[in-house]
Formats: sequence, C-alpha cells, structure tokens
Amino acid sequence: MRGNMAEANYTESDMMVVTASRFLRDGEVVFIGIGLPSLATNLAKRLHAPGIVMNYESGTLDTKPAKPPLSIGDDELSLKALAIVSGPEMFRYGLQGGTFETGFLAAAQIDRYANLNTTVIGDYWNPKVRLPGAGGAPEIARFCNRSIIMLKQTRRSFVEQLDFVTTIGYWKGGDSLSEIGYSAKGSLTVITDLGILEPDPVSKELVQTHIHQGVTIEQVKESTGWDLRIAPLLKTTTPPAEKELTILNELREMLT
Amino acid sequence: MPEFLDLSEAVRKYVKPGMSVALEGFTHLIPHAAGLEIIRQKIAHLTLIRMTPDIIYDQMVGSGCADKLVFSWGGNPGIGSLHRLRDAYEHEYPHRMEILEHTHAALVNAWVAGASGMPCAIFKGYRGTGYPGINPDIRFIDCPYTGVELTTVPAMNPDLSIVHAQKADRAGNVWLKGIIGIQKEAILAASKSIVTVEEIAESVDEKSGGMVIPRWVIDAVCCVPKGAFPSYAEGYYNRDNTFYIRWDKISADREKFARWIEEYVMSTSDFKEFIDKINAGQHG
Repeated sequence: MRGNMAEANYTESDMMVVTASRFLRDGEVVFIGIGLPSLATNLAKRLHAPGIVMNYESGTLDTKPAKPPLSIGDDELSLKALAIVSGPEMFRYGLQGGTFETGFLAAAQIDRYANLNTTVIGDYWNPKVRLPGAGGAPEIARFCNRSIIMLKQTRRSFVEQLDFVTTIGYWKGGDSLSEIGYSAKGSLTVITDLGILEPDPVSKELVQTHIHQGVTIEQVKESTGWDLRIAPLLKTTTPPAEKELTILNELREMLT
Repeated sequence: MPEFLDLSEAVRKYVKPGMSVALEGFTHLIPHAAGLEIIRQKIAHLTLIRMTPDIIYDQMVGSGCADKLVFSWGGNPGIGSLHRLRDAYEHEYPHRMEILEHTHAALVNAWVAGASGMPCAIFKGYRGTGYPGINPDIRFIDCPYTGVELTTVPAMNPDLSIVHAQKADRAGNVWLKGIIGIQKEAILAASKSIVTVEEIAESVDEKSGGMVIPRWVIDAVCCVPKGAFPSYAEGYYNRDNTFYIRWDKISADREKFARWIEEYVMSTSDFKEFIDKINAGQHG
C-alpha cells in the first residue's frame, strides 16, 4: 500500500479500475485495449453504461462478452460480436477512417505530454526490458477523438523522457501536433492508482487534477519523474462503492 | 489447385532454411500444428513474419528456427511477455536474432499491398514516433494531390504463408469464419501457401456466413484437427486460456522450455500424438 489505505477494503488497483470505469459513458463507442482498460469497460457496462459499445482490435465490433476476455481475440468476444471485420478493415476503415469515439489504453511509460512507450525499457538495441511493442496503440490513440489511459503512477512509469516513443499523445505540447500533420486531439484523461491527470488547455502538459482518498500531494509529486503541476482546485475522487467492488471482484474471478 | 498433403509432407516440401515464412492468425486460427512441425523438422535460419507473434513463435524462436523476426506486437496476450522471444532479443539465446518492428497498422497495410500487387503501402502513421529511427523501411512521401505527407512501407510478400481454417472442400476451397484477421491477405501475398484445416467437407460456400478462399490461390491443404490449439477454431473448440497462462511458467526458464519441447514436440511423431500427450499430461 503506497497510500494511506491500510484500513480500506479495496486496493489501489481497484481504485484505478473503478475510477476509469466511471469515465465511460453509456452509449459511447470505445476501442478497448486488453488488461485493465478491458476490465474497467466490462465493469462500466455492468453499472452505469449498459449501452456502451465495446470494440476490440481483433475486429470484433459491438461485442457483449459475458465474462471479461483474457486476449483481444477470445472466442467470447467473437461469438458475442455484432460483426467481425478483417484486420485491414479494422485498421484502415475503422481506425484510420475515424469511426471510433474513444480509445482506451494502458502503457508502460508516459511523459508530460501524454506520449506513451510500450516498446522497450532502456536502449532499443540493447534493452533492459523488451515490451510487446506497438500493436494498435498508435492508431487507437491517434484516430479516436477521446483518449483514456491507465497506468500506475511511479517514477519508473511517469518519466521526463520516454525510452522509446511508441504512441503520440500531444507530442511536444501546445499545438505541436499540427507540425507533424495531425489534427488536434479531443479530450485525454490519464487515470492512475494515485489519481487523475488531465492536460492543461494551452500547453497540453499533464496536470494532476484529482487524487484518490488517502493520497497526498507530496506522494503524487514523488511518484512523477518530472516537476508535476498540481491543479489549483485539486479534487479527491470518490472511493469505490460496495456495488462497484462486488462486480469488479466477480469480473476478476471470471478472468482466472 | 492445391495438393492434399500430410502436414509433415507439406512442411518438408515447402519450408526451406533461409526462407521468409508467415504463420498468421490474429488470436484465432493460429497454425500451431504447422509451427510445431517446423520445430520437429529442425528447420532453421527462417525469417518469421507475423503481426502478433505469440506462443507458437515463442516456441519456434526458442527452438532456434528464426534468424529474423518481423512483427508488430510480441506478447502473451493478457498475460505478459514471451520469454523465449525476449531471451533471443535481450541475450541472443539460443542465438542472435534480428528484428524488424512495425505497428499493426503498418503491417496490415503492407499485407494489403502485398496481396494487391503493389510495391508499397501508403497510410497515415508513425510520424512523431521512434519507429522511423529504428526501422529503415518506414519512409515518407508527399501526396501528389494534396501535398500532405504520408507514410509508406514496402509490401509484404513472403516466400510462404501458413494459416489455419475451419474446413476445405474436396477441391481445396477453404472456408473460415470468426476473427479473420489477415488470413486472406497472407495467403494472397505469399509466393506459396499452406492451409491447415479442421476437416474436409463435401462442399463449402458463403451462404451460411464465413468466407471462402478459392482453391487456385492455395498450394497445399492439410487436414489437422485441433491444429490451432491452444488457439481456437470457432465452431470447433474454444481458446485454451489456461494453456496460455501455463506457458508463462514453462517458457520463463530455459531448461524447463527445453524439456517441454523435447517431451511434447520432439518425442511425438505428429500433432495428433502431441494433442494426446497434452490431454494425458498437465501441459508440462
């Protein structure tokens, strides 16, 4: 426990998943990454967002899994999908064509402009840790207007400089995206085990806007590898409700 | 028109050292049986291509089949690392392996270009990322109509593609259903292709859904029931997620991996024996 949560009946991971799930809206068309984003979306669907439209990279459109999938291509996703499209259709028409509203991703590293690394820790040619790589992340982040990103907030993951730029968020901040021919991005939210960060409207630098109950300002600053800005009106998130925890635990049990 | 061959014959006939080979499958219909047969026949120096190398590529890389890997996401989905792939890349074990890395979008477009007879693919992407710095195949061109900068990668045209499908008819037309990923493009883009299937049916068509790949673009069809295990064939068997979870432990250790390959692959004569042994044991 990094926060003052020893007395709580939930973990930091629970807090992160529950907070992320609350950001999803009923009816929203979401492109879902595997792992925590998938868990959070499946939770939202069973609570406040029964009409959320779940889409996975395997080409499974508007799928309604009865249990959260282990991979993006589980039979559960395929059998419960409205439609299944091929890889080219998913990436060329679906993503590049801009048909998905929200992209929901996890990452290993993030920088102050919400650029992400899922490729390698250390030098690319002589890595400390080889990560899986890009997959669909660059396009999911780039071609969905809204992005939600989940990762733990630590000095190893919130870094001054990424070891490798896999996925562009706001690139160098401000309106620098236009320099590389990209349109401006809609909203972007980073949800961590310690709180929530959102970009400054002008500079696009991530600012800590919320902390979870029991977390301190010193703690989020210490857990961030750059000089983290704190919002003037820092808010505290609402702890998980009993119902949220019950369903989350049920989903986790189904996964294993 | 395709020949109907035993898998071992097809691999012996079409897979040669030094070739570029794609065993495609996006989570579904992964040609595991074919990959294990390549290991069994100890074919090395391959350039292995696949968008999502997972367990079967971990097994092939760990067994020393690959000199080079072309990929866009290399992991055990939902679980974590591919330990043999990482060991090859990070520690050159069992030997040095070159990698050429892309994004899914780039490889999807490269496959489409390969299937379309185009020299390259044009798409948006990669700008601002670290990939152009590590992959010299990623280049940029100006759109002749708008002047907008676009990204280009070379077409994907391997020597051989291998995919799994649900069934083929007696003429060798192949039918598949469910997550189809890049299966069709992989066959069309390759010089030669092998399709393993769950069963041979009297006839196949698209009237009840699914997709047919016509016989004249396929070189060999091999009937290998459960040939995608631990991946799956929709309508036949589900994905064995417990095997994927167990693989994390088996592959994490060099010795344990070597024992598993020896016991389950090298000591079995074909995929049927492999499946029987898997069913009898606890996956190692």
